[in-house]
Amino acid sequence: MAEMMMRDAILTTIRDEMRRDPNVVVLGEDLVGGMGTAGGPEAIGGIWSTSTGLFGEFGADRVIDTPISESAIVGAAGGLALAGKRPVAELMFADFVGVCLDQLWNQMAKFRYMFGGKTTCPAVIRMAYGAGYNAAAQHSQAVYALMTALPGLKVVLPSTPADAKGLLTQAIRDDDPVIFMEHKALYGITGEVPDGDYIIPFAHARLTRAGEDVTIVASGMMLGFAEAAADKLAAEGIGCDVIDLRTTSPLDEEAIIDSVEVTGRLVVVDENPPRCSIAADITALVARRAYASLKAPPEMVTPPHTPIPFARELESAYLPSPDKVEAAVRKTLAWK
Amino acid sequence: MARTKTAKSGAEIATDMHPDLAFQTFTASKDQLLEFYKQMLLIRRFEERAGQLYGLGLIGGFCHLYIGQEAVAVGLQSAITPGKDSVVTGYRDHGHMLLCGIDPKVVMAELTGRAAGISQGKGGSMHMFSVEHGFFGGHGIVGAQVSLGAGLGFAHKYKGDGGIAIAYFGDGAANQGQVYESLNMAELWKLPVIFVIENNQYAMGTAIARASSEVHLYRRGESFRVPGIQVDGMDVLAVRGASEVAIDYVRSGKGPVIMEMMTYRYRGHSMSDPAKYRSKEEVQDMREHNDPIERAKKALEAMGVGEDVLKTIDKDIRTRVSEAADFAEQSPEPDPNELYTDVLVGSY
Ligand SMILES: Cc1ncc(C[n+]2csc(CCOP(=O)(O)OP(=O)(O)O)c2C)c(N)n1
Ligand SMILES: [Mg+2]
Repeated sequence: MAEMMMRDAILTTIRDEMRRDPNVVVLGEDLVGGMGTAGGPEAIGGIWSTSTGLFGEFGADRVIDTPISESAIVGAAGGLALAGKRPVAELMFADFVGVCLDQLWNQMAKFRYMFGGKTTCPAVIRMAYGAGYNAAAQHSQAVYALMTALPGLKVVLPSTPADAKGLLTQAIRDDDPVIFMEHKALYGITGEVPDGDYIIPFAHARLTRAGEDVTIVASGMMLGFAEAAADKLAAEGIGCDVIDLRTTSPLDEEAIIDSVEVTGRLVVVDENPPRCSIAADITALVARRAYASLKAPPEMVTPPHTPIPFARELESAYLPSPDKVEAAVRKTLAWK
Repeated sequence: MARTKTAKSGAEIATDMHPDLAFQTFTASKDQLLEFYKQMLLIRRFEERAGQLYGLGLIGGFCHLYIGQEAVAVGLQSAITPGKDSVVTGYRDHGHMLLCGIDPKVVMAELTGRAAGISQGKGGSMHMFSVEHGFFGGHGIVGAQVSLGAGLGFAHKYKGDGGIAIAYFGDGAANQGQVYESLNMAELWKLPVIFVIENNQYAMGTAIARASSEVHLYRRGESFRVPGIQVDGMDVLAVRGASEVAIDYVRSGKGPVIMEMMTYRYRGHSMSDPAKYRSKEEVQDMREHNDPIERAKKALEAMGVGEDVLKTIDKDIRTRVSEAADFAEQSPEPDPNELYTDVLVGSY
């Protein structure tokens, strides 16, 4: 075990996988940077510091600095993957999915199915997502609901450094295209990370708090909000199951259903706007599969159906918060 | 390739350019040069103040300063017709806005996220807009503004209003696919668009040669038959001279032009960039030998403009910028209900 930040867990996992498998290559903007008059060719090392030192160890053949060309970056990752490489491509911000959606959606996600199972596409597309930094409408979006809606992609959302390692290892070794989503607010959080080979299989949700009154489902930065609310309520004797989804595709349906069958109450916390969100998806799942257990209508804690505003106060009003989760839990409990 | 050193900056500027676009340095009258000087200084002081407010935590999010590049927008926008032509750019947009005649107060108040900001505090530094001033944004997705610029040019053509569109983008943005789709369409349909590449040598922390197979960006339109010219973007008079020729070409219906402006940003990519990819000497060298404002100042002095006149100009500009900063600090924050407004014209 070693205590490290999420960004370092990601960096060291990529490094370990590159050491283990020569087919693993990384590509993206400013992953290396430099070649001005200082700092050598590694002056940047990724704007999230998740590729620092890789160029020095693996060289220009495997650590590829790209132009600002997202369509071609993701397209190249797709082509590399079809030909047996294991590319790990980075989109600096998840919002830039807008530039390369075709390569993700119409290409990568469909190869295996439309070619009758003749190929795999073992690519990982990493991207930094999420709000909370006054980065406004085009640099703050959560995006994972959109990714989850696309058949043929796997979508991973680590919320701790240990999970980042276990899930990213699985993602890189996985034979399917994986969208690996890193919340900007979590890069700096620290936690214990297991040494050696550590794999977390997909569709294995994690129970982070146990209680019998309400089930709270969350992921990414929303998980911390759910836990904070659960801890506060626990002091009053209200028990919450908090479920970290870890992956939204594939989804650990059983973990959610099993919990709701005990609690009869559901709160889903999601950083996406409510329409066609993960919150709506899980609410529908529970309505279909655990209807008889429900004691109250499910609650969704999401931003409103708007773009993300710049001003601090507006952005805080936009985002879910521990208080909003707490209020939602109380609402399910007050239902008569 | 024919290249020559410019007399003043020592920057190499290509000479093998389109014959219809041969240009000369603009010969400015004293009053004209004073005006360019004032405009450049306003941008510089505005940006310095924005940098300070960012440091104080009054501005959040991303904030990209235009310091060093002032001559590009001043030389070009001084030659367009306000109210008739359209301007669109990326996130490094404060300077272009001031030159469109937008009040520094409402720009600064947007940076601080206040209700009086030009986007009601909902857009921030990267996302500002004013149809009245012919300024069409303020865009955060690298390259997106280039296609929008082609569309703005198309609108001028439809309307037959004689206007042209100016689409600014960076050396890094010049590698986005949609830029080339737009160049092709603009030439195919002879759209009145000037594609202005502000080549400041870096895209974030990556030097141009690490990301571009052809670093002479004025040549990027060749396979679409879009002519290009390369201009010393640290010299406001060179920019103005080149702009007049490009504007005439585009306005006369011959189709689009690329202007590659050789320039340099003094500050980091954004306020959060420590700029470890270049030496202090590199920046210092530019500032000392190539600063567009200093160059204009020297030329003014040579024209007999006295120290006192220049001092008064600086003082007036500092006052204007301080007023903008005070306004931006004192304006109220947006009403919480603004979160839900202006998503659509209609409602859900
Ligand atoms: C589609 C997209 N990709 C990446 C980014 C992140 N990004 C913002 S600015 C920038 C560098 C752009 O450099 P350049 O075009 O040279 O303009 P400059 O900042 O130098 O003015 C990058 C990579 C973005 N905003 N949008
Ligand atoms: Mg640049």
